[in-house]
Amino acid sequence: MEQKSISLKLKVWKQKNSQTKGSFETHSMNDVSTEMSFLEMFDVLNEKLIQEGKEPIAFDHDCREGICGMCSMYINGRPHGPWHETTTCQLHMRAFNNGETIVVEPWRANAFPVIKDLIVDRTPFDRIIQAGGFISVNTGNAVDANSLPVEKSKADASFAAAACIGCGACVAACKNSSAMLFVSAKVTHLALIPQGDPERKTRALDMVAQMDKEGFGACTNTGACEAVCPKGISLENIARLNKEYLLAGLTSEL
Amino acid sequence: MNWSQLLRSSIGKKIVMSITGLFLVSFLVVHVGVNACIFNDLFDTNDNGDMFNRAADFMGSTVVIRIMEIGLFLGFIIHIYQGLALELQNRSKRKKGYDVQMGNRGSKWYSRSMGLLGTILLLFLILHWWHFWIPSRFTHSGLEVPVLLSNGRISHDMFLLMKVTFSEWWIVLVYVTGCISLAYHLLHGFESAFRTLGLHNSRYLVMVHKLGIGFSIIVPLIFALMPVSFKMGWIG
Repeated sequence: MEQKSISLKLKVWKQKNSQTKGSFETHSMNDVSTEMSFLEMFDVLNEKLIQEGKEPIAFDHDCREGICGMCSMYINGRPHGPWHETTTCQLHMRAFNNGETIVVEPWRANAFPVIKDLIVDRTPFDRIIQAGGFISVNTGNAVDANSLPVEKSKADASFAAAACIGCGACVAACKNSSAMLFVSAKVTHLALIPQGDPERKTRALDMVAQMDKEGFGACTNTGACEAVCPKGISLENIARLNKEYLLAGLTSEL
Repeated sequence: MNWSQLLRSSIGKKIVMSITGLFLVSFLVVHVGVNACIFNDLFDTNDNGDMFNRAADFMGSTVVIRIMEIGLFLGFIIHIYQGLALELQNRSKRKKGYDVQMGNRGSKWYSRSMGLLGTILLLFLILHWWHFWIPSRFTHSGLEVPVLLSNGRISHDMFLLMKVTFSEWWIVLVYVTGCISLAYHLLHGFESAFRTLGLHNSRYLVMVHKLGIGFSIIVPLIFALMPVSFKMGWIG
């Protein structure tokens, strides 16, 4: 692929902490290689800012391989930027045109308060997982894998749901700041396989209760979450969570 | 978990919306069926709204239907109250909004505008009750002259009331706007209701999707044809 250099105008959200108001800051960038990833472009900008004695822009990142779920960034009105099923770290500068203005905002949701600049607090997701996104197994020898037969189609559907990296793009895209796509992926992942079956009901009830407690909105099935999910988590999972929750809710004891 | 916890959770609230919504969908079938009797005028020149007036008389004078009407009003009240409350709650979940909106990238405008479409429908519904339901039940204004039906009963001339009401252009326009809002409200609501109730099997989702599109076009279209047909003089 032909390597090019482009010039950009970057309009980035700057905010000291969750208590301060924050505002946009504009940076001009020249000679941006189209082979750079979006985060490498930020690295270059931050190096420049540090050399100029200015404060660099804070952003979340870790593996930069699209699997850890740390990178966020709402780029030009879309979580993780313009590419389909791509995390911000895997987004490359060839997605942009010479002279373009790129607006970068943090995830916006009351449940995800800004910690600094583009970093938001996503610990509500951790607490939802702690509420039931696990299986309880007594310790001892690992059983033979073949002793638990799993239907291939169910194993595949479970695996597809387990691909969720918990980045929070679904919440960022949803007009209601709903976390239903995340919760539904985590519930589906375990509901479809025998290991998750014993705690199936309490899992759905407890995870949804925690989701509501954290201040996420209700799902209205608009599909915006599915469209921006970097891992292609399907909206069907939300319908499955609705079924899991309804059945558990109707059959649970007082 | 008790009933209150179930129905007050975010999913529980949506389940209430979907059950009342589907109940109102079933009401639309009855409503459009009864009202479509006005079109008998197209096929029978001696009808003069007799078929419709007989149907309206049956609906108004049958005790079972009068009792069911209470359920219908409950359905309306719960759907409207819960819908507005959910809309306000959902809007409050993002105090600081985005500078660049995502817009239609990923979702349809009408799926994001159910609160707005529902509010337009509520305003339309109030006007609609004022035009037909209140006169037929309480004030009888515009219904002073009774009509002798072909089955021998004497009843209100609801056909005449429709004809008089829809003689004004602005009312026809408001009714057509109401029907368009209903079409878009159903276009999202019909399918969404089934998803909320947990329908995730792709075979049935495809079916419900197509059924939803058909229902959202056909039913509001028949409704919209009623004021238009009176105004254009096709019937009456």
